[in-house]
Amino acid sequence: MTRYILRRLWYMFITLFIIATVSFFLMKMLPGSPLNAEDKLSESQKQIVLEKYGLNDPVPVQYAKYMGGLVKGDLGISFAFDNTPVTDILVDRIGPSALLGFQALVVGTLLGILLGLTASIFRNGPLDYTSTTIAVLGTSIPSFVFAGLLQYVFAVKLGLLPVALWGEFKHTILPTIALAIHPMATAARFTRTEMVEVLHSNYITTARAKGVTESGIIWKHGLRNALIPLVTVIGPMAVSLMTGSMVIEQIFAIPGIGEQFVTSVMVNDYPTIMGTTLMFAFLFVAIILVIDLLYGLIDPRIRLAGGSK
Amino acid sequence: MSKLLEVKDLKVSFDTYNGEVQAVRGVSFDLDKGETLAIVGESGSGKSVTSMALMKLLAGQGFIKEGQVLLEGVDLVKKSEKEMQKIRGKDISMVFQDPMTSLNPTMKIGNQIMEGLIKHQNMNRENAKKRAIELLNQVGIPQPEVRMNQYPHQFSGGMRQRVVIAIALACNPKVLIADEPTTALDVTIQAQILELMKEIQKEVDSAIIFITHDLGVVANVADKVAVMYAGKIIEMGTVDDIFYNPKHPYTWGLLGSMPTPDSTDEELYAIPGTPPNMLKPPVGDAFAPRNEFALEIDTVMEPPMFKVSDTHYAATWLLHPDAPNIEPPETVKQRMQGFANTGRKDGDK
Ligand SMILES: Nc1ncnc2c1ncn2[C@@H]1O[C@H](COP(=O)(O)OP(=O)(O)OP(=O)(O)O)[C@@H](O)[C@H]1O
Ligand SMILES: [Mg+2]
Repeated sequence: MTRYILRRLWYMFITLFIIATVSFFLMKMLPGSPLNAEDKLSESQKQIVLEKYGLNDPVPVQYAKYMGGLVKGDLGISFAFDNTPVTDILVDRIGPSALLGFQALVVGTLLGILLGLTASIFRNGPLDYTSTTIAVLGTSIPSFVFAGLLQYVFAVKLGLLPVALWGEFKHTILPTIALAIHPMATAARFTRTEMVEVLHSNYITTARAKGVTESGIIWKHGLRNALIPLVTVIGPMAVSLMTGSMVIEQIFAIPGIGEQFVTSVMVNDYPTIMGTTLMFAFLFVAIILVIDLLYGLIDPRIRLAGGSK
Repeated sequence: MSKLLEVKDLKVSFDTYNGEVQAVRGVSFDLDKGETLAIVGESGSGKSVTSMALMKLLAGQGFIKEGQVLLEGVDLVKKSEKEMQKIRGKDISMVFQDPMTSLNPTMKIGNQIMEGLIKHQNMNRENAKKRAIELLNQVGIPQPEVRMNQYPHQFSGGMRQRVVIAIALACNPKVLIADEPTTALDVTIQAQILELMKEIQKEVDSAIIFITHDLGVVANVADKVAVMYAGKIIEMGTVDDIFYNPKHPYTWGLLGSMPTPDSTDEELYAIPGTPPNMLKPPVGDAFAPRNEFALEIDTVMEPPMFKVSDTHYAATWLLHPDAPNIEPPETVKQRMQGFANTGRKDGDK
């Protein structure tokens, strides 16, 4: 098991290295330069600035320098916020993003499971169609549309919650809901499909033949088996939350990593773009790893296979 | 005294898009304590549907259209689902065909056995555990204490079927239904499971309904045999009746098509044609189109059950006093003799 984890960590490292390399060169291909906004500077002043940040070096040299720093945990200094190390910016900003992402994932998954479960129990009835409709709407309508709707209804019209900004729990409610719609829809569809299949399986008939009650069938025998595969989609769900958060944080003016990323791209703040990208990449691979390990824990079939390795 | 189980004119249908599928069209039989009834017949003849109907566990759009299932005189057809939940696993239980899929993959074996005990016999976990270990012992699983905490994937197919049998036996059911319990297993394991079922039969005195394709198995385990075709029992008798004195041409065909250890492939007989479509069961004798001995009356009128002896009945017009005297074809006769002989030998071991 330890060897398995070590191997996975090694793959994770390789993945991050490749992502860092690819995004470094992609970023260099972005149109414009960090100095676009500062047109007032004279040509010689520009040269001084470019020199200071090492932007006059050939790209491969810049790459080597950057990777050298990266290995030591140094993500460079932001161009936009004078002399602030990118690491500090990220540390500052991870809090709101993580909180929001976590809340959205938990709320979305739980609601989705409930919705999918209801649909599977009352298969082909009105409740099933309602839940399927909600799920389809949830997957097909982009989250920023929901965000706008939520702001309009609950903040502008009803005045129940703040339109935007950050600070207290009430600020997190609308963005959490907007972000949770997607995972909810995914979880609902997934749970319904799995549950319908499980309820038709032979071991459910065995359980019925034992005299197990309907609630026992659903909660004890059905749901657990239906939910194990759901763990595998939590990874992709978390990833889609990260991309969703870029827009949502922007709309609700939340000082998170997503918002930082968007701002940094606008002004070609290379070190910060790299930093946020790597942060996202790291979270992504870390989540996948955790999910895989978790899957092994809850599914006895895999637990054994892993243990005997 | 009345019988342990009496099934009277049971009819089961499925509502489908294409209409009503009449899977079982009037099945009657009875069963005493300690008796084993084998139900045989081609695929699709309604064996599984009959057994699921006894437990009222019909899949999908299946429903009992008519008839009675009297367990110690009480009609199960009239019971509500709630009441059936108290009967299933306690008075009637079931062993299924495919041991690879009939156990919950994420629940420990021990818990799967204990579940019924806790529910039906009000046992606490400790007593249920003791009893479960006892059961695993009884079905021949070594190291039962260790096995209790394992999951199904840690068991071989034969072992799983033993576990399924342990689950079915947990509450000493009055009736045990086994739907092709050995079909999915290889030959040596099949023999072991059959041996186990026979032993258990002696010990717990349940009545057993044994569903199978395999007439060899029937000779080995059963007291009585019901031969099903197109949702009906077309011949019913003791093992001796069916093997030495079969009356229905369909039974002849089944006997003729079963391989025996000393038969070659060329000798095997295949019943021509295919079973009828149960959406529109034919008028007259459903077997007539495939029956080389069919009489004219077979195409217009369904034969009633003719009595051959006190234990032996068959639904074929050949038994009518006015019918021509037709003997089973010579090849089938030889085959069924040879087959019955080997069956007997096995049984005496
Ligand atoms: N859920 C269902 N919906 C519609 N028809 C069904 C359903 N289940 C069974 N049937 C029909 O009932 C008939 C009897 O099926 P059954 O499963 O009892 O056959 P069987 O004798 O057990 O066959 P096998 O030897 O293959 O197990 C078949 O014609 C089948 O098409
Ligand atoms: Mg069957």
